[in-house]
Amino acid sequence: MSATTAVRRVTFGPSPGRTTLTLGLGVSLVLAAAGAAVLAGTSGIGIGDAVAIVAHRLTGIGPVTWPSSAETIVWELRLPRVLAGMVVGAGLACAGAVFQALLRNPLADPYIIGPAAGASLGAVAALLLPVATVGWLGLGLVQLLAFVGGLAAVTVVFTVARGQGGTPVVTLLLSGYAVSSLLSAAVAVLIFNAGERLGAVISWLLGSLAGASWARVGFAAPLIVISFTLLLLRWRRLNALLLGEAQAAHVGVDVEREKRILVGLAALATSAGVAISGTIGFVGLVVPHLVRLAVGPDHRLLLPASMLYGAALLVLADLGARMAGGIPVGVVTALIGAPFFLWLLRRSASGGWVSR
Amino acid sequence: MRETVIRLDGVVAGYRGAGGERRVLNGLDLAVGGGEMVALLGANGSGKTTLLNVMAGTIRPSAGSIELFGRPLSSWLRGEVARSVAVLPQSLELPAGFRVAEVVAMGRTAHGARWFGWTPDDMRAVEDALRDADALELADRPVTELSGGERQRVLVALALAQEPSLLLLDEPTTHLDVAHAAWLLASVARLRQLRGLTVVMVLHDLVLASAWAPRVVVLHGGRILADGPPHVALRPDIVRDAYGVAVETVVTEAGRRLIVPHVPAPAPEPASGPSGSAPSAR
Repeated sequence: MSATTAVRRVTFGPSPGRTTLTLGLGVSLVLAAAGAAVLAGTSGIGIGDAVAIVAHRLTGIGPVTWPSSAETIVWELRLPRVLAGMVVGAGLACAGAVFQALLRNPLADPYIIGPAAGASLGAVAALLLPVATVGWLGLGLVQLLAFVGGLAAVTVVFTVARGQGGTPVVTLLLSGYAVSSLLSAAVAVLIFNAGERLGAVISWLLGSLAGASWARVGFAAPLIVISFTLLLLRWRRLNALLLGEAQAAHVGVDVEREKRILVGLAALATSAGVAISGTIGFVGLVVPHLVRLAVGPDHRLLLPASMLYGAALLVLADLGARMAGGIPVGVVTALIGAPFFLWLLRRSASGGWVSR
Repeated sequence: MRETVIRLDGVVAGYRGAGGERRVLNGLDLAVGGGEMVALLGANGSGKTTLLNVMAGTIRPSAGSIELFGRPLSSWLRGEVARSVAVLPQSLELPAGFRVAEVVAMGRTAHGARWFGWTPDDMRAVEDALRDADALELADRPVTELSGGERQRVLVALALAQEPSLLLLDEPTTHLDVAHAAWLLASVARLRQLRGLTVVMVLHDLVLASAWAPRVVVLHGGRILADGPPHVALRPDIVRDAYGVAVETVVTEAGRRLIVPHVPAPAPEPASGPSGSAPSAR
């Protein structure tokens, strides 16, 4: 074979076949989960009617051949709930993948530096305020204060951890732990004095998609899509960070700037998700880790795959929660996630995250 | 000396701690020209690694100036530095789950112009880096399944993938056995010719430094104690001041002059015999 026809022997990055398979399967799973979640329930709405209702609402064409109650159930209740599950699951999984890379720790999750605790304090305070009817853009005060609380907590954690020479991740973790503890204590005080609102408080803290609405989806979805897009564009830097901060700097990553950007974007996605769903646990820990085991650590594939499988998992978990009599979906994800977490601990005790 | 690659003038640098700044470099002047291969020597704490990090732009000096290719280093963006300067670390934890070529491609972090893929330039640079580091056959191996010597070749390839003009090596032979240390320095010398690299390396081993580095810079107390060819910069009095040990020059059969630590002549074996006196307790 002549030199001009020599094929390039060195290939790197996820192969096109693996990428197509991973993402194709993810999209199929999301669609299947969404379809099942829209159709499942006691109302007995057929697949034909459901498709026709959605098509009718989207395009305005076609005769109305279904009872208006079916339209309300599909369009006003189930579809927003499914979309909220997709958006929140995708955002948490993506943010989890980013934190795991930034902290070089497979046990990191999106809540690790405080957004959940901050959002909880904001939401619980709003639930207990006497002016619960205040709202903006169709959002309740609970969602707004949860969103602001989540972002504020991360800002405080980051500011506290920031020293003269930069922001060491260990300090970031410890600062996140301390601030989260403080905020949780404040939440506990509020819970103790919640009185008749205790049920609503507990329900929010456990994480639930029951209150999903188009307005809430419309609030969280753009924020999560934007932060995901900006994070995905940083895949090269995310990969390089896995070399450790010193070598990442040597290959051209401005590590301190990158930390601010990554933490900011991941916190934005997390806070937006938590604001409309409460603190749903384990999705942001389990999904990116499982996806990494399956497709490898390259963020070019890891981030979009985590989003798709996170979306599918949360929609399915919420379906399970509905089937189980309406328990909060956070309980279901914990029931799936906690045993997995234990398995993960066992596994990481024997196998490494880096090679020494 | 050809074009100056990097020039340091009156550089003061150190670390900030709870007790204020601890100075490591105390007004250091150094210029390295294109294509030079310089060994930095000095006792532990003399400032070698700090100097390397200052040259790599990861420690900012508190006083003095550094120019890289005639431009103040402080005005270079992180990515710009990485396209001109590569650092071969003493050791590195390689992230599990990647194949060798994928880790080497991380050396292209500051180059990749495409949003979502690698350019033909990136692919060529990675392949060239693997070939030049004798690591081409490792390209598809998982990084967790490499021997120590193979890992060192991968690290060299990672640095070469940056297509640097200046290669900085931080105690590159510390974790290597004799054969791998010799391979590494021979490779660096070869790559210097092949790619026109300028090389600055921190070394601990006087023998290796005198064997491989045409120019040796000896640091002591954050200043330059001596600077020149090995047989000049590593004169016994200088080495005694820098390390507190005696050295001697050994001329090899090939006529090369190596600087080796002075080994005292062994005490004569006590005469032994059936009727000999008891060995001395000394």
